[in-house]
Amino acid sequence: MKRSNKNRIKKDPPVRIVKPEIRQTAKAGGNFKDKLNAYRDQHAQALFSSLGRLVATPFVSMMTISVLAIAISLASGFYILVSNLQQLTSNLETSNQISLFLREDVSDAHAKKLVDSIKSDKNVQSVKLITKEQALQEFKTYSGFGAAINALETNPLPIVLQVLPKNALSDKEELSELLKNFQQSPEVDFAQMDLQWVDRLQSIISLARLFANLLSLLLGTAVLFIVGNSVRLELHNRRDEVVISKLVGATDAFIRRPFLYTGFWIGFISGVLAWFIVALLMLILNHSVEALSELYGGSFHLLFLNFTETITLILLASLLGVIGSWAVLVFQLQYTKAS
Amino acid sequence: MINFVNVSKRYAETGDVLRNISFHLQRGEMAFLTGHSGAGKSTLLRLIAVMERVSRGLILLDDQDLSLAKESQLPYIRRKMGFIYQDYKLLHDRTVFDNVALPLVIAGYGHHEVTRRVRAALDKVSLTGKEKKYPLALSGGEQQRVGIARAVVNKPPIIIADEPTGNLDPDLSEEIMFLFGQFQRVGVTILIASHDISLITQLNHRVLKLDHGQLVSG
Repeated sequence: MKRSNKNRIKKDPPVRIVKPEIRQTAKAGGNFKDKLNAYRDQHAQALFSSLGRLVATPFVSMMTISVLAIAISLASGFYILVSNLQQLTSNLETSNQISLFLREDVSDAHAKKLVDSIKSDKNVQSVKLITKEQALQEFKTYSGFGAAINALETNPLPIVLQVLPKNALSDKEELSELLKNFQQSPEVDFAQMDLQWVDRLQSIISLARLFANLLSLLLGTAVLFIVGNSVRLELHNRRDEVVISKLVGATDAFIRRPFLYTGFWIGFISGVLAWFIVALLMLILNHSVEALSELYGGSFHLLFLNFTETITLILLASLLGVIGSWAVLVFQLQYTKAS
Repeated sequence: MINFVNVSKRYAETGDVLRNISFHLQRGEMAFLTGHSGAGKSTLLRLIAVMERVSRGLILLDDQDLSLAKESQLPYIRRKMGFIYQDYKLLHDRTVFDNVALPLVIAGYGHHEVTRRVRAALDKVSLTGKEKKYPLALSGGEQQRVGIARAVVNKPPIIIADEPTGNLDPDLSEEIMFLFGQFQRVGVTILIASHDISLITQLNHRVLKLDHGQLVSG
């Protein structure tokens, strides 16, 4: 403002309507570097002051954060459960092998003849004979019921022919046609396509996966609402500050910033806490699972969240915190404007 | 500087609060806005701060039509004004320094510039040495001077005061008015809403008088 202007008092200039424009940029002091530093300082200030406010009311903060952490750990717990089930089935080969369980009265010699005749089928690539003795041996080694089997007087296991159809035969209808043929031969007690029950198990697991995803979606929404509600309360407690900041020319971004950081902190801390809750549960379960796995030959180990999944969990929780508070801020600040 | 052209403000619930208000405050002019309670003083000030929009008419601020200003431009318009309130509107959980620094921090000034300007503003209102105190530890007159320091720290061309002496005794009121006089002398446009008649008559400034939403003198 020029001082010479004050002499022009009382002489009304003609009214001119000028399009409004932003004239602030020229005013904010300092050079570009200063402004950049000031901007960084604003963020750092909002980051630490919002954390400070959470720490200043430890009881209230911990209640909110605990609820969120439990919700998040529930979702990630289900995720881990499904991953472990999936690990179980990935060990199973998804070949299109057919197992033929022969009648009890079929002798080994007869079985060998049967192998030759099946081999001549143009749809069959190879046939493997597993005699009763071999089957028993295998069962003793892998089942963990060795002692129980020793107690049996007779071998209850049937002769098994493992038929591998030609690779070209991947069509399901052709496979079941082949299966039906085997089933009809008099020596075969029971024919089973391995693929079938792997398929079934996998569809059960994908159902579980879907369920886990839906549960995560539901719990994620709950997290959004809980964060939103605490930010709304915080906004209410700091209403004066919002109004005063507005009056001295704060942009909406400036007003939102500390609350967004509050949402971020709530989400972030809940995510970290959820990780520890899950880790603790896994630690408790791990001992029992290892013991059980030992009984079945020890091929199964409990999977935990890997590094990427851990980072994803914490980032996702933080993101939910920011989104939850952002949604409330947009709605509430609009409301403040209107009232 | 502040130009009202046939301004009316109507609320759905209460009807017209301001009717056909026209006046022009020149750059560097100081004026009182007076009138009975409910005459529309606060509404008029809220229109200048664009906390409310006019129903009819124009408000030109430095030739800028406020009714055309977009929501996103309002913060920058408000930075041209310093607001002073009867209840001071200070943040009680922040020190005097942080209260006064708020407009500068918002405007994105660097740390050194903020410190320099806050010191200068506090010096002007004779509060040097109280930077680290909290508002509630200060007397009413001191709190109001913190409010004034905050209003002028950004060197705005306009100061708007809503009953700035409402809670102060006559001596303190005079002190505050003396400060306003100093700002006016350096070219700041000042509009003071007040119904402190003795104070107004004592000082020989322009008086805008509102009566039931209409400007009856000024």
